[in-house]
Amino acid sequence: MTPCSVDDNDARCLPRPRDATSLLPSALTHSQRMDRMNDDQDWTAPSARLLAMRRTQLAVVAVPSAVTAGLLGAILGSTWLGAELALAIAAVAVIWERILHRRVKAWAYAERDDDLLVRQGIMVRRLSVVPYGRMQFVDITAGPFERMFGLATVRMHTAAAASDARIPGLAANEASRLRDALARLGEARAAGL
Amino acid sequence: MNGSAPDAAVGEPATNEPATNDQVADGVAGGWHRLHPLSPLVRAGRHVAVILIIMLSGQVTRQQDGGTAGRYWEPAVVAMVVLVGVVSWLVTRWQIDNRTLRIETGLLRRSSQRYPLAQIQAIDLVESGLARLLGLAELRLRMAASTGTTGRLACLRKSDAEILRARLLALAHGVAEDAPPPPAQLLFAVSTRRLVASMVFGGWGTVQIFLAVGLTVVATVIPAAVGALGGAVAFAIGLATSFWRQFNSGFELTVSAAADGLHLRSGAVQTASETIPFGRVQAARLVEPLLWRPFGWCRLEVEVAGRRVRKENGPEGRQLRVILPVGDHDQARYLLSRLVPGAPAADRRAPARARWKTPLSYHFLAWGSSDRCVVATSGRLRRVTQWVPLEKVQSIRRVQGPFQRTLGLATLHLDTAGRSVHAKLTDLGIDDVDRQLSILPGLCRAARQSPYRP
Repeated sequence: MTPCSVDDNDARCLPRPRDATSLLPSALTHSQRMDRMNDDQDWTAPSARLLAMRRTQLAVVAVPSAVTAGLLGAILGSTWLGAELALAIAAVAVIWERILHRRVKAWAYAERDDDLLVRQGIMVRRLSVVPYGRMQFVDITAGPFERMFGLATVRMHTAAAASDARIPGLAANEASRLRDALARLGEARAAGL
Repeated sequence: MNGSAPDAAVGEPATNEPATNDQVADGVAGGWHRLHPLSPLVRAGRHVAVILIIMLSGQVTRQQDGGTAGRYWEPAVVAMVVLVGVVSWLVTRWQIDNRTLRIETGLLRRSSQRYPLAQIQAIDLVESGLARLLGLAELRLRMAASTGTTGRLACLRKSDAEILRARLLALAHGVAEDAPPPPAQLLFAVSTRRLVASMVFGGWGTVQIFLAVGLTVVATVIPAAVGALGGAVAFAIGLATSFWRQFNSGFELTVSAAADGLHLRSGAVQTASETIPFGRVQAARLVEPLLWRPFGWCRLEVEVAGRRVRKENGPEGRQLRVILPVGDHDQARYLLSRLVPGAPAADRRAPARARWKTPLSYHFLAWGSSDRCVVATSGRLRRVTQWVPLEKVQSIRRVQGPFQRTLGLATLHLDTAGRSVHAKLTDLGIDDVDRQLSILPGLCRAARQSPYRP
């Protein structure tokens, strides 16, 4: 239940004087402000196994493609070409792993008294507020990878197509607890269209 | 056909007016009813053209090769169509039971639909050209489900349909069943001249006319190009149909206010009359195209939950319900005040630094809020103003892209039921967004708990 910070650099930056003359306020100041708001909530992060799952998914794609590219390069070109290709794919995979790491860290949700907050994204940051009373139904999905890691995705649907309250990578028991809690709260606060 | 008809078929051709009314009254109390016996004919109306084409082409080929091919299967096709229509009429029946409209239909695959009247969003009365000739009308019940089917009663005698609609609406609103239909107060009518002018100037009208004129000129100047214009003809027909549809839906549109909502009536050939209940409007949108602005014209559209995307209506179903095809700002403001009470004006501009992110639409970016409603304007050439009553907000989202983060901006979305409309407060200062995000959930909750009732 620790509040998870999106950006670890925030502690370093100083508050910026609020003046309208500055056309480009610094990015750090802004994310600090964003986190200040986010820190008001009791954010819950998805299970730590989500990162392991994402890494496995990456490995399942990256390792065979690196091996195939290496072999093809070695057969059609030289051994060096094969090694270079395999290394290049491995490098991309390592960079992608860092991105996945930050993306997984950015997911968080908070159950407030009347609504559910879901936060996601590092490049494009999204924060959804979905009142329990607006919930039409909740569903839990678990794909083969998620089942392998004992995880599930909870999604809360409203009547609006644009609403997006999806929480991936919840431990199975936490997912069913959340589903039941949401269903109960939704029923208690239900409102018509 | 009549042999198996049950006791009280609504609008049997022979019955006289008062008796029919009684039967509809019985329909409210209970018992099964049939649709009008002529309804298979109306419903087959669409296919009549196809049948005629088949028959004609058959005639032509017969004359050419002098054979007898198709002499037997053509009548068979016609007989099949008629038979299918009659059977579907025979197996369809409806009933009002315990504040629920039940429609049963289907011969092989029986389907029984139940429409709880309390959840009706709106009821439309639609008369296609053929139905008008026969004095029939179709009732369409719009429910809130986004994918579900619309309840259709096609067709009833027109006077019956009107009475039935009033009763269904009365039941839906929990009014006494025998309450007389509330007197409607005429708000205004759209003049045909202005409608045509607005279509010529507005939206794609200008482009369409230029294209049509250009094609005609090319075809007359270079006769050899006529063959190449074959595709253009189909395109022109498409344009003409969309033009006609727009014209028909706005033709002699009258808006009147009644106790249960706004009544809209429009149409040149196919007339539709619709009731938009107060408090069921999910969002309202005011559009001012570039060429309309010198005249001070605008168009007002509303989103009502459950407006179905009908295949045969093509893109029309996707659009919002236009309640004011063309009008001036006073009319729009008056209508808006009836549908979305306490609508604020968009008087707060986006911060100047937003010009870097949205240079093409910055000039229209503005927003405003009250404790019941939020408004946002946007658009590049045409100005679009969207109002969302807070009691209808389904969820709130803050979205911030990397460039917005650099500029200290964010976009706030207020989602409403349905796909077509949601208020998007583009490029607000992050302080404003966070302040709104902290107060809006509470305001929405308060608005939900005390919904607007006129």
